[in-house]
Amino acid sequence: MATGHSMGAVRPHRIIAFVGGALLFLALLVAVTLPAAAQSVPTAADPFAAAVQALDARKFSDKATAVDALGALGDERAIAVLQAFADGRLYRHKADKIVIIADRAGDGFKLTSPVTGEPAGTATSREIKKIIANNKLRGQIRGVLGQLALFSPDADERLEAARNVIASPPDDALALLKRARDRETVSKIRETLETGIAVFELASDDRALRLAAVATLADRSDPDIKSALEQRLLEVDGDAVEPDAEVRTALREAVDDIDDRLALFGLAENLIFGLSLGSVLLLAAIGLAITFGVMGVINMAHGEMIMLGAYTTFIVQEIFRSTMPPEIFGMYVLVSIPAAFIVAAAFGVLIERGCIRFLYGRPLETLLATWGVSLILQQLVRTLFGANNREVANPDWISGAVAFGGGVSVTVNRIYIIIFCIMVVAALAAFIRYSRFGLQMRAVTQNRGMASAMGIRTGRVDALTFALGSGIAGVAGVALSQISNVSPNLGQNFIVDSFMVVVFGGVGSIWGTIVGAFSLGIVNKFLEPVSGAILGKVIVLVLIILFIQKRPRGLFALKGRAAES
Amino acid sequence: MGPISSRLIAMESKRSWAAILTLAVIAIFVVPILNLAVPEGSLFHIPTFWVTTLGKYLAFAILALSLDLIWGYAGILSLGHGAFFGLGGYAMGMYMMRQVGERGVYGNPDLPDFMVFLNWDSVPWYWLGFDQFWFAAVMVLAVPGALGFVFGWLAFRSRITGVYFSIISQAMVYAFMLAFFRNEMGFGGNNGLTDFKDILGFELSRETTKVGLYVATAVSLLIVYFICRAVVSSKLGRLLIAVRDAENRVRFLGYSVTNAKLFVFTLSAMLAGLAGALYVPQVGIINPGEFAPAKSIEMAIWVAVGGRGTLFGAIIGAFAVNGTRTYFTAAAPEVWLFFLGTLFILVTLVMPNGIVGVYKSLRSGELFDAIRRRLRRVDA
Repeated sequence: MATGHSMGAVRPHRIIAFVGGALLFLALLVAVTLPAAAQSVPTAADPFAAAVQALDARKFSDKATAVDALGALGDERAIAVLQAFADGRLYRHKADKIVIIADRAGDGFKLTSPVTGEPAGTATSREIKKIIANNKLRGQIRGVLGQLALFSPDADERLEAARNVIASPPDDALALLKRARDRETVSKIRETLETGIAVFELASDDRALRLAAVATLADRSDPDIKSALEQRLLEVDGDAVEPDAEVRTALREAVDDIDDRLALFGLAENLIFGLSLGSVLLLAAIGLAITFGVMGVINMAHGEMIMLGAYTTFIVQEIFRSTMPPEIFGMYVLVSIPAAFIVAAAFGVLIERGCIRFLYGRPLETLLATWGVSLILQQLVRTLFGANNREVANPDWISGAVAFGGGVSVTVNRIYIIIFCIMVVAALAAFIRYSRFGLQMRAVTQNRGMASAMGIRTGRVDALTFALGSGIAGVAGVALSQISNVSPNLGQNFIVDSFMVVVFGGVGSIWGTIVGAFSLGIVNKFLEPVSGAILGKVIVLVLIILFIQKRPRGLFALKGRAAES
Repeated sequence: MGPISSRLIAMESKRSWAAILTLAVIAIFVVPILNLAVPEGSLFHIPTFWVTTLGKYLAFAILALSLDLIWGYAGILSLGHGAFFGLGGYAMGMYMMRQVGERGVYGNPDLPDFMVFLNWDSVPWYWLGFDQFWFAAVMVLAVPGALGFVFGWLAFRSRITGVYFSIISQAMVYAFMLAFFRNEMGFGGNNGLTDFKDILGFELSRETTKVGLYVATAVSLLIVYFICRAVVSSKLGRLLIAVRDAENRVRFLGYSVTNAKLFVFTLSAMLAGLAGALYVPQVGIINPGEFAPAKSIEMAIWVAVGGRGTLFGAIIGAFAVNGTRTYFTAAAPEVWLFFLGTLFILVTLVMPNGIVGVYKSLRSGELFDAIRRRLRRVDA
């Protein structure tokens, strides 16, 4: 705003202003005598007012010129005027020959000054005459309005308009963008505009301008910009599009720069995706690692604990939807977390007391029995809730995406899952490290017989450990419900993966599980673009099978006698 | 009588021989006669559908035997036997696919339909040779055998045992499932191989072919049973049982546990491959669903229901569980998973030695003694 109109932009509009000069002068003389219209009196010094007045031309071609001229001014007031023109609400006041916006109000019309935007009294239908627009003119107005959005007071609209103009540029796009840039105060939009200007100036006849444009574009990180630059490096019929050698060198360097940055952004994106996948795996596997570590028991129904957690979330959501005011609907997720923990933990205790405790020392049988439990739970949920996916809505505060530039955007729920996972694991680690129960759990893990001799009730520790592991699986289900479908098969999809995490990381080690989950997640995401999602997963599985050749007990193996059993 | 036949006779007790021969005669001669010779509508006629279903069960019984050999006798619970079964099935499927020739939907004499659909110019190298039956028959055993050997070598060498082995084998079969779902693998992707026309020149749709396949499966089961019996009653078999019960002690005694396990695991993989090859022509399709981890776990329950560590038990279990499944999927499909799940739990909790174990303790009266003892303890 501070720089005002640039020289190049003003010059043609002087002419327009001059064209309307005679009419204006007349209008001015008459208007002074009318108090109602006094405030809308245009002054000759105001090019906007002159341009508005020019709309009241006899011929459509003159009107068209006037519309363009008005648009070219880049004045936000023009938006209302042109909109009124297109809607057939633009009139000429017969008495003072002034252009005015009129809205029907009762028998007469309410007048608004196009220049100040303030009310300008009323008029009867006899006192004013409509300025007619035809379809061609209306089409032209729509285009001009799109460009004028560049000058809208709303920053989002300006950004949107800037992108539109760059994507499908009108004839005078360059001048338009420059004008918009000069008035732009928001740095982000200014950058977008400058990028657009630079893209146009790549084709300029002036070598210096081209060089400057390349320099501007070199620090953008956008695949589209890259291809725009590359297009200048192409050869057409043996001649380079870009004739100058120095500019070509600069172009090449710029493309390389962008490539480097894009690669970096791609790396960052993969890393974030890998971390979020790793978090999901970690949430799913950590409960498994605990029960496996403490009790040496493979719980095949662990995936179903996750599923139960997800269905608990669904139920809590439905209760909130039907009984709570919509403002606090988003809070259902927070209520679901303890609810899912309790439900899954209760089922865990039930399984442990009803089945697993009879099978200690027979790990293979435990595996089969818990598989049976998982089949029953799956079918139970299918019978109760149906086989189809259940919809769990993301609350507002978990939806949406965050854009990081360079085409990288990450959905918010992924970020929340990373944070949530860190919180859960930290709480669990602290619980195991500092609580009395955690101490007993570690004692039983290391040496069951000795722990029992020291007075620890190992049966109770087993049951509570199983409850804890299952409860955390339930909490994992809450997180999963936010990113994937809630169906009876939900747990099945994670069972092999979470076993791999435990086997890779080392049984009974929280650190091993953490490292295992994140490395599997990240390796998976980095393999995906190279080999495709499915083959990537296959490769990871094969790698794990080979890995445990070297370290059969995983990355972080328990040492000592307990590990030998 | 020569030494071989006398050893053969000594392998089984008189009672077992009677049972085996009776069942073999019923399966190999009586059932086909009741199907082919007895007119339809007669009380004794067995419909072809049931013959094929029985043939499927027989193939499953071979599979169960192969699993029992390693789980029941060597203590190795493989949750990935579906991989060997599936590979054997795919090898046979590839042969039958090549026999389709010009009769496919696209009528291409050189390429199976799905390859035409994928715009491939020629069959990939690993399909070469599968137009010959002998080659496919060798591959049915060689491919699962090679996979079993490599996987077993990697696992046993680094002393991966118990649940670790189970989980890793499950990961293996899961990897196979994911890989075979891909179209680029060249095995028909999601749909697998199907629409077979004939095998060895016999039309698959004809009743006599179906009965022939059934008889071939029954004979195979008999042979496989004797192979397994030979293995478990040999010195190696005793070694395997020792490994199952105390692996480290056997190692300390100077035996090569790794080699013994590797041998029996490879053999088991080949038998599973044979089961797959016999199964596919009877059901007429092979797809990656056979590699689903759930299917492989279910095989373990066949063995457990029948009674692991007894070869007869594995066969009984395969028939019992699959027969129940056939009943439930027709009568009450939604109950089936409840039933199967309960079966898993009850068998492991209440009857760890399966049907054969219950039968044995019934005969010896042990069961009643045990119940009586337990009741007395509750009273006290």
